[in-house]
Amino acid sequence: MAESYVEHEASHPALQHHFENLEQQREAGTLGMWVFLVTEIMFFGGMFLAYTLYRSKFPEAFAIASNHLDIKLGAINTAVLILSSFTMAMAVYSTQVGKLRAQIIYLVLTIVLGLAFLGIKGVEYHEKYVDHLIPGTLIPGNPFNPDPHAMHLTQGVLMQHVQMFYWIYFAMTGMHALHMIIGVGLLSVILYFSVKGRYSPEYHNPVEVAGLYWHFVDIVWIFLFPLLYLLGRHLGGH
Amino acid sequence: METFVPPVPSRINYINAQYGLKSWLLTKDHKRIALLYLGSISFFFFIGGLYAMAIRLELLTPQADLLQSTTYNKVFTQHGIIMVFFFLIPSIPATLGNFLVPMMIGAKDLAFPRINLLSWYIYMLGGIVTIYALLAGGVDTGWTFYTPFSTTFSNSYVVATGLGIFINGFSSILTGLNFIVTIHTMRAPGMTWFRLPLFIWAHYATSLIMILGTPVIAITILLLAFERVAHIGIFDPAVGGDPVLFQHLFWFYSHPAVYIMVLPGMGIISELIANFSRKNIFGYSFVAFSSLAIAVFGFLVWGHHLFVASQSVYAGMIFSFLSFAVAIPSAIKVFNWTATLYKASISYDTPMLYALGFIGLFTIGGMTGLFLAALAVDVHLSDTYFVVAHFHYIMVGGTLLAYLGGLHYWWPKITGRMYPEGWGRFSALVVFIGFNLTFLPQFILGYMGMPRRYHVYPAEFQVLHVLSTAGASILGVGLLIPLFYLMWSMRYGKVAPGNPWHLPGLEWRTQSPPPTENFDYTPVVTWEAYEFAPPEETEVVGKFHDKVPEKA
Repeated sequence: MAESYVEHEASHPALQHHFENLEQQREAGTLGMWVFLVTEIMFFGGMFLAYTLYRSKFPEAFAIASNHLDIKLGAINTAVLILSSFTMAMAVYSTQVGKLRAQIIYLVLTIVLGLAFLGIKGVEYHEKYVDHLIPGTLIPGNPFNPDPHAMHLTQGVLMQHVQMFYWIYFAMTGMHALHMIIGVGLLSVILYFSVKGRYSPEYHNPVEVAGLYWHFVDIVWIFLFPLLYLLGRHLGGH
Repeated sequence: METFVPPVPSRINYINAQYGLKSWLLTKDHKRIALLYLGSISFFFFIGGLYAMAIRLELLTPQADLLQSTTYNKVFTQHGIIMVFFFLIPSIPATLGNFLVPMMIGAKDLAFPRINLLSWYIYMLGGIVTIYALLAGGVDTGWTFYTPFSTTFSNSYVVATGLGIFINGFSSILTGLNFIVTIHTMRAPGMTWFRLPLFIWAHYATSLIMILGTPVIAITILLLAFERVAHIGIFDPAVGGDPVLFQHLFWFYSHPAVYIMVLPGMGIISELIANFSRKNIFGYSFVAFSSLAIAVFGFLVWGHHLFVASQSVYAGMIFSFLSFAVAIPSAIKVFNWTATLYKASISYDTPMLYALGFIGLFTIGGMTGLFLAALAVDVHLSDTYFVVAHFHYIMVGGTLLAYLGGLHYWWPKITGRMYPEGWGRFSALVVFIGFNLTFLPQFILGYMGMPRRYHVYPAEFQVLHVLSTAGASILGVGLLIPLFYLMWSMRYGKVAPGNPWHLPGLEWRTQSPPPTENFDYTPVVTWEAYEFAPPEETEVVGKFHDKVPEKA
């Protein structure tokens, strides 16, 4: 009763055996990445919840601590990431229309911008290290112990609440940086295969999917930057 | 005794397609990965069962004579951790789900076979880390890891155990992701959403919880571990943190996790009830959508674990109401199953015995859940054996019975051999009696005020505890019997035909055991789910391979 149903399209070398055709494989890959990004949202969500709770509990301490972040480096990094999302989008577009040279250039640019972001983030982290702002005993031998005057600590604000801000700051930006590192690794693999000429207008799903991931990590930063650097800045008063 | 049939069947199937350890450890076949999971979760179930035995033996007497308090704390903690994270959560989805989701929708494999294999390795890694923690000294926080005890005061291996659970979580996430993508994109031609077996709907709903809930427990455990190691206080009240935040985050996952355990079981029961009644299920779309409703409502009820944990009384009222609401879709299922049985041609094979047991026990478990969801009653019952009995009725009486029923039902498909029916029915009966004898007394104990997690108790509770331990012994025997006869049947069982139950489902329209690609041709579905046609029409799709591989 069941008819045989086999699509006899010329089998593409990238087609995996358990898919009927490239279109189905592309759909699965793309949906898979979207579902994965949903899990990522929930993962970061726990930290956003903690941020919301403690920000509303200790608004002054959070404003003071937030003021001590380097807003210039943060802003530059935001620009770097947005630019990298643009080059990523161009890399995907170039693959789709078959401009393979442009594809490679844009991928390299995206990786370089990603590394630049991580470098600037490293400079920021180092500043915090020098100011003894790394929370708890995360770095053995350099416990959280900032100079209260340098922090412009006002009456009634407890240093442990400032530390809470820095813990949330390091947890969220650290987790974001980890995702950036994974993203750079992912794009390097994509770059390797695109130099080998694996992607074409017929088969470009891995580039697209990597792009989705990259844009997601970018968007997380777009939320982190205002929440951590900008919000309540006018309350700090210097 | 059955006559001995040579172990090499005359056709190529997924088991004899390749030989050797490597062909199993590097397999991308969802059916083989399901068997890898089956072996490993059985191992963890055995470990968790040993802990349960230790608990029940200790509770035989009112004094602490077998275990010291510190040891007892570790024993019940580890029983909970192993059973919840390493048996119940992966149990049905990773074994039967893994095996059947592609087959039931007419696909050759899951969408991401390599990720599927990866999920098993992640599960094993998480399991090994956890076992290391148990051997190194164990953990005594209770499976709930409540702060600040877990972050500040406990002297046990909290971080190592947490790491094991953290790692294990990703295997659950990847399984859920794979199922969702597979069900969306890999259905065979003609397999519309409303022709899907209800097992698939249940797994779809389960997967939603897996991908939405598990990341939250992952980040929560990570924060807990950092807090313990680096003395940072996100949950520590001494430095401005909020220990109740931990409880919120923990139960945001761990309450829906109960539905990760029981929804796939409900999927199995829907299959068993319809198929062994030889009738279309009553109210197909109600049963299907009630799975989704449970998944959605399940995320809105976590606060009922915090009724006595300083949560605002208004939040408590809302959570109480929502917890009552989540009983509605569960009740819809129970009513539809019983309505399906009405005037049906029921056959009482082993899987159906388990299914009928499930309906009764799940109903008791669900109804006592309503007692606990009622604010005032919960103040009396919170942290007593009533709670213990309630969730064991859901997890053991529900999930475990469904799992065993499903395992028997699909055993001929998985192994190509029939299990011995007489032994099957006998052990189903033993499990049912043993289970009730174990946990019914615990309802009474809890109502009388016996707190959970204590091993020294007033002498007047002893009779009920002795009954419970006697029941646990019967239950243990009831679970060992299938272990033996199922293993026996793999070699000596009667050879199973492609469709031993004469059912219309896609998984029965291929040979037993199936070939590596499940079907010889991609099937085209022209019938509704549970549409019982005359037997000659539900024949096997395509023709069989007739070549036997050379042994490597």
